[in-house]
Amino acid sequence: MFYNIVRFLALITIQVVLFKNIGFYNLATFFPYILIIMLLPLGISNFFVYVLAFATGLAIDAFYDSLGIHAAACVALAWFRIVFIRITLEIDVRQSSDSPSWGELGSKWYLSYIFLGTLIHHFTLLVIEVFSFTNFLTTSLSILLSSLSTFAIILLISLLFYKRKSRVGI
Amino acid sequence: MKNLWLFFIRYNAFFWFLLFFTAAVILSIRHNSFQRSSFVSSSNIVVGSFYDKLNSWKSYLDLSTTNDDLARENASLRQKLQQYILRDTLDSIPLTDSIDESRYEFIVAEVVNNSIHQKSNYLTLGKGTNAGIEKGMGVITSNGVVGIVLDVSTNFATVRSLLHPDSRVSVTLDSTEAFGSLVWGNNIDPKLAMLRDIPNHIKAEKGQVIRTSGFSLFPKGIKVGEVDETGITSGESFLDIRVRLSTNFYNLHHVYVVKDNLEEEKQMLEAERDDNG
Repeated sequence: MFYNIVRFLALITIQVVLFKNIGFYNLATFFPYILIIMLLPLGISNFFVYVLAFATGLAIDAFYDSLGIHAAACVALAWFRIVFIRITLEIDVRQSSDSPSWGELGSKWYLSYIFLGTLIHHFTLLVIEVFSFTNFLTTSLSILLSSLSTFAIILLISLLFYKRKSRVGI
Repeated sequence: MKNLWLFFIRYNAFFWFLLFFTAAVILSIRHNSFQRSSFVSSSNIVVGSFYDKLNSWKSYLDLSTTNDDLARENASLRQKLQQYILRDTLDSIPLTDSIDESRYEFIVAEVVNNSIHQKSNYLTLGKGTNAGIEKGMGVITSNGVVGIVLDVSTNFATVRSLLHPDSRVSVTLDSTEAFGSLVWGNNIDPKLAMLRDIPNHIKAEKGQVIRTSGFSLFPKGIKVGEVDETGITSGESFLDIRVRLSTNFYNLHHVYVVKDNLEEEKQMLEAERDDNG
């Protein structure tokens, strides 16, 4: 609970103070704040995930003056999270109150979770932002580059807070 | 009935998704129409004060460039003043239109937040209705056009930057009286913009100065930029000209909000004509 609130405040601050001012020719932008939604505890209810995702999106929207766009992308990410976790994890893991962690769930699971989530979020975000299929090449290039940059930043953050916890207890 | 209920519970993730996603998309569509004010924007008190605080630290880093800019502007104003004084010593007495003179008022405001890397860029100013800023006013700097005021609260104002796909400014090509509109379009470079709707027969050359036409919110004759590249054909009977903007969006500190004292009168007159026609 405490960690989630700290993570929320810290990531939103970093996002609007630092990453809002970084960009590569407006093609690649960084949105590591989506880690807030991805690292929510596994056991919380679907409805609560959506509410928190929507609230996070609105908070970012207020700073970016882009009402609704980040909220929509975060809600799409929340849906992905729910479906992905339901398909890939065992029921007892699903109901734990821990955040999904690299050390506990393994690199293969964690990296694919982060990468696909980032891709879905950025796809929704940039498509709604442009709101047309003209210049689709630029948009898709932008989606790809932004996803890769966000993914890299999220990896860095995850490595910083990496904790090795073996579930088998060796 | 029970089955329907079970169906909803079984797929609750999807239905919640539909509900929240629709809400968010509706919000964003409503927000996109021009001059729709909203509470969730950088002119609300929480976000505005946060940016204000942040800017008060950041502005120290750029003090020397800000000083240079102000000094340069001072010098150019002094030069202009000198011209008036010189003219006064001649016998001719310049007649100034007293209406024109008091038509525009300029309100100095500090930029507390600025973005250039988004597809739709906005600025936040550290002054609001308290200083007399209203929705729809133009915003300029000493060397160019910045944008249009979109939202105002008591102490802050959100400005839609020129670097926004919906921004349009009416401009003229210097030395020809042809006018067109300046848009950023789908450009990705904050230094460049496009000049549209200039008829084909007008000759544009590289380096020609582009100024505001005075038809829109901005006073006439403010330098906006220079022609950078001509001869871009869009297949229509208008020229597309690439413009190098004179405003330095990377480094905005102080801007002037333009208050047009005759705006109301002008709009009333134009509305009248619309009613008749």
